[in-house]
Amino acid sequence: MNTITMTNTMTYKPMNLGRWIVWGLFALILIFAPMVFSSGSSISLLSQIGTVMIFGLSYNMLLGQGGMLSFGHAVYSGLGAFFAIHAMNLASAGKMWMPVTMIPLVGGLAGMFFGILFGYVTTKKSGTTFAMITLGIVELVFACSLMFPEFFGGEGGISTNRVYGEKFLGITYGPQIQVYYLIAFWLFISTIGMFAFTQTPLGRIINAVRDNPERVEFIGYDTQWARYLTLILSGFFAGISGGLSAINFEIVTAENVSALRSGGVLLFTFIGGVGFFFGPMIGAIIGVFLSVMLSDFTKAWQLYLGVFFIVMVMYAPFGVAGIIMLNLRVAKYGKYRRIWPQLCAVSAMALVALVGLIMVVEMLYHLTLESANGTEMKLFGFMVDTAAATPWGVALAILAIGAAGFWHTRKSFKHAWGEVNTEIEDMIRRAEA
Amino acid sequence: MEFTLITLLNGLSYGLLLFMLSSGLTLIFSMMGVLNFAHASFYMLGAYFAYAISIKIGFWPALIIAPLLVGVIGAVVERYGLRSVHKYGHIPELLFTFGLSYVLVEMVQLIWGRAAVPYPIPPELDGPLFTLFTTTFPMYRGFMMLIAVLMLVSIFLVLTKTRIGLVIQAALTHPEMVESLGHNVPRVFMLVFGGGCALAGLAGVIGGNAFVTEPGMAATVGSIIFVVVVVGGMGSLAGALLASLLIGCLQTFAVALDHSIMTLFTAFGATITPETFGYPVLKLTISQVAPIMPYLLLVLILIFRPRGLMGTREG
Amino acid sequence: MSNLSLELKDVRKSFGKSEIIRGANLQVPKGERFAIIGPNGAGKSTLFNLISGRFPVSAGDIKLNGESILGLKPFEINRKGLSRSFQITNIFHRLSVYENLRCAVLWSLGYKYSFWHRLNGLKDAHERAEQVLEQIGLRRRRDTQAGLLTYAEQRALEIGITIAGGCDVILLDEPTAGMSRSESDAAVELIRKVTVGKTLLMVEHDMSVVFGLADKIAVVVYGEVIACDTPANIRNNAKVQEAYLGGHAPVEAA
Repeated sequence: MNTITMTNTMTYKPMNLGRWIVWGLFALILIFAPMVFSSGSSISLLSQIGTVMIFGLSYNMLLGQGGMLSFGHAVYSGLGAFFAIHAMNLASAGKMWMPVTMIPLVGGLAGMFFGILFGYVTTKKSGTTFAMITLGIVELVFACSLMFPEFFGGEGGISTNRVYGEKFLGITYGPQIQVYYLIAFWLFISTIGMFAFTQTPLGRIINAVRDNPERVEFIGYDTQWARYLTLILSGFFAGISGGLSAINFEIVTAENVSALRSGGVLLFTFIGGVGFFFGPMIGAIIGVFLSVMLSDFTKAWQLYLGVFFIVMVMYAPFGVAGIIMLNLRVAKYGKYRRIWPQLCAVSAMALVALVGLIMVVEMLYHLTLESANGTEMKLFGFMVDTAAATPWGVALAILAIGAAGFWHTRKSFKHAWGEVNTEIEDMIRRAEA
Repeated sequence: MEFTLITLLNGLSYGLLLFMLSSGLTLIFSMMGVLNFAHASFYMLGAYFAYAISIKIGFWPALIIAPLLVGVIGAVVERYGLRSVHKYGHIPELLFTFGLSYVLVEMVQLIWGRAAVPYPIPPELDGPLFTLFTTTFPMYRGFMMLIAVLMLVSIFLVLTKTRIGLVIQAALTHPEMVESLGHNVPRVFMLVFGGGCALAGLAGVIGGNAFVTEPGMAATVGSIIFVVVVVGGMGSLAGALLASLLIGCLQTFAVALDHSIMTLFTAFGATITPETFGYPVLKLTISQVAPIMPYLLLVLILIFRPRGLMGTREG
Repeated sequence: MSNLSLELKDVRKSFGKSEIIRGANLQVPKGERFAIIGPNGAGKSTLFNLISGRFPVSAGDIKLNGESILGLKPFEINRKGLSRSFQITNIFHRLSVYENLRCAVLWSLGYKYSFWHRLNGLKDAHERAEQVLEQIGLRRRRDTQAGLLTYAEQRALEIGITIAGGCDVILLDEPTAGMSRSESDAAVELIRKVTVGKTLLMVEHDMSVVFGLADKIAVVVYGEVIACDTPANIRNNAKVQEAYLGGHAPVEAA
């Protein structure tokens, strides 16, 4: 890079033009998505994905950018949701002026407030201790939710009607499609906000804190303060997602501030990939799909999600985003042909093993949970008698074949993959020298 | 007087159970730097295994076999799962145990269903131990306390008097040094992890029939033992004991007390009505507040004594 | 006002029952280059850790530019004008070389915890980072992830991060550890260049580096400074010869 001819602000990699294209594309996808997936349930799904995306991105400010593992992030989104829904109820009763469009901001401010409050205690420590404290805080708030039914609504939670107030340009937020565009709007500006954060001094310093907290002290920064501020901002965006959730579902319950929901966002964000800015967005899509759609097909979806998560932790800790980027890099250097056959082989074998595993799990679930309804069940379109030996034999055989095949093919895949990547890294190194 | 004594004994027995659980957690954390999020799930496994064994063979064999089984599973998990994640750092290790806790609960549900299982107290131990004025103290509670104390004493003896205990203590602070001295540190790690899980399993065998044996039991006790470990001080067994007893007694007493700030004020002649400012807080009885007490304690400790009651490391 | 950059007055440090630093006294005038040498385990790194606030002292006083810095946190000491490097390379391994340096200059330029400034628009931070990048000779590695550099490159980056903030008192902890002869020579040149006009305190084992760079040498043995003098006098000091140099001085560096 030639600094002598640089007169104004530096362009950032990728090029300035690239930045406009990416954000423009993002906006276009948001605008046209409901026209492609236009059924009622699809739009509901898209709306939900939208709120979880904001939640996941806010969570990644802590985990991916700051190295802070939190087990209690739902506190900020949940409390934001509660404040938002109370605001909606107050507004629709005429006691306060707050148009629905601005409600997510109420959630955001509430999230930020609690970030200031709880963050002071939680950021006193770091690492594993910080993680445990966040768990303690979320359990505290969750337990409080049963103690204060006036605010938390007890078992039934708090409900609301999002159609209130003056119609603005004909928008009532009654129909789901209008809610979707509200979510899309807030998703767009929140994403810009959170991305902008990564390009600020604090955003970069918190990266340094992630990499080497001790060194950061010796360049003049108080690591605790950096973490505290980042958590407050993260709480703000989490609160926005909570507010949107309140509008979308028109109900907020104690589950919104639970350790379960916190664990969920951790799972989705990690699966998506914490090392890339867009990772949590992928995680949100996968996560909502698995929890909403998969639960319609099988009772064992939580088991699958858990196993999927463990497999990712062990073999692909960089997440789906990382997998995509690695593959893109191989393609960029034109070496995809070298790994293509092995990749196909190992994936095919894995798929076979997976089918066998699913068969076993589903049959087992049926036996233990549904046996009152008889031992027959529908499996991949076939009627199967779980009490008989044949289906079990078939399932176990498929599983065994798949597992053996996978074991056999993974070696050659690993070899090819390793070779190709070493070559790429060499090429990168030589290009810079 | 009677109330205080009985509640104190109940609190102590619950606290000792918490200690059985948190001691394994502390040992694993001190040794390996890994916070075993799945620890409470191993507790649950112990209870379920004991249930399965005791309805086939009996309680006393279950007391021996179930913890061993859980320990073996723990060792296998360490050897084939945790160890391969070790190279990525502490956060992926924590995430691995987090995912594991999830999966273990699901698998238990898969095998034994979602409802609670009737894991019974053995008839020999079912009955009163002694009667204090009008309240009886159950024999089984006494048995729980006995096992917990025996366990505490044996951990202490193993760590301080045996060779393997010395190696463990050394590997606690200087694993690389110990390895270069020729000890098989990975094997020691596997032993400690398995041992810690076995302790959790033992707690499950004892606690599962005293309290309820269901898939939710892991979640119920899971977060509390983390509070115990932080409050006691990361890496301190003595601190874990102190914190367990403290929290055990605190919760047991709290659950039994029906007074609130309101009753206090009314005793002094003040009138509190639903219109009074802060009424929702004032009318809360101590028993209603009981669930959040451990977490309140956690927050207070973090503000006023961040290294815990007896902590030596910053963790 | 003191013309001493750094002053140690009877500093003591015990870890549990073992006293590591047993009454260390040192006076470092402004603008001078000091080397701290001594046998292994003498407490040199501990002294550094005490000065930079990583550990608290058990007794005694440490003054930076005349002001006591006892009990201050590391970042507070850094803001008062003292910066240090580490023996085990402590860089931000997932950030690029350029980003490493840019982070190091942000506080000194007053940007603090700003989340409203656009990093890439900060011309002064950019120029300063590029300047240090040029000085440490890592221009062609500008956008490489710091964790992927060679060992010597990482040590150079380490020095870069230390001086980028513009502190006047620089502490370098074994800057040439593990380097070959030619790498050491390059490092010495770099250190000489970047510490012009600053006060330098350096722990070193390589005697040719010490004798080539230092204005004064302080010898630490068993937690005490047994001698502090010019290199020539140190070479002839009987106590030092006996305790450390093993009875004979090293061959004069060319």
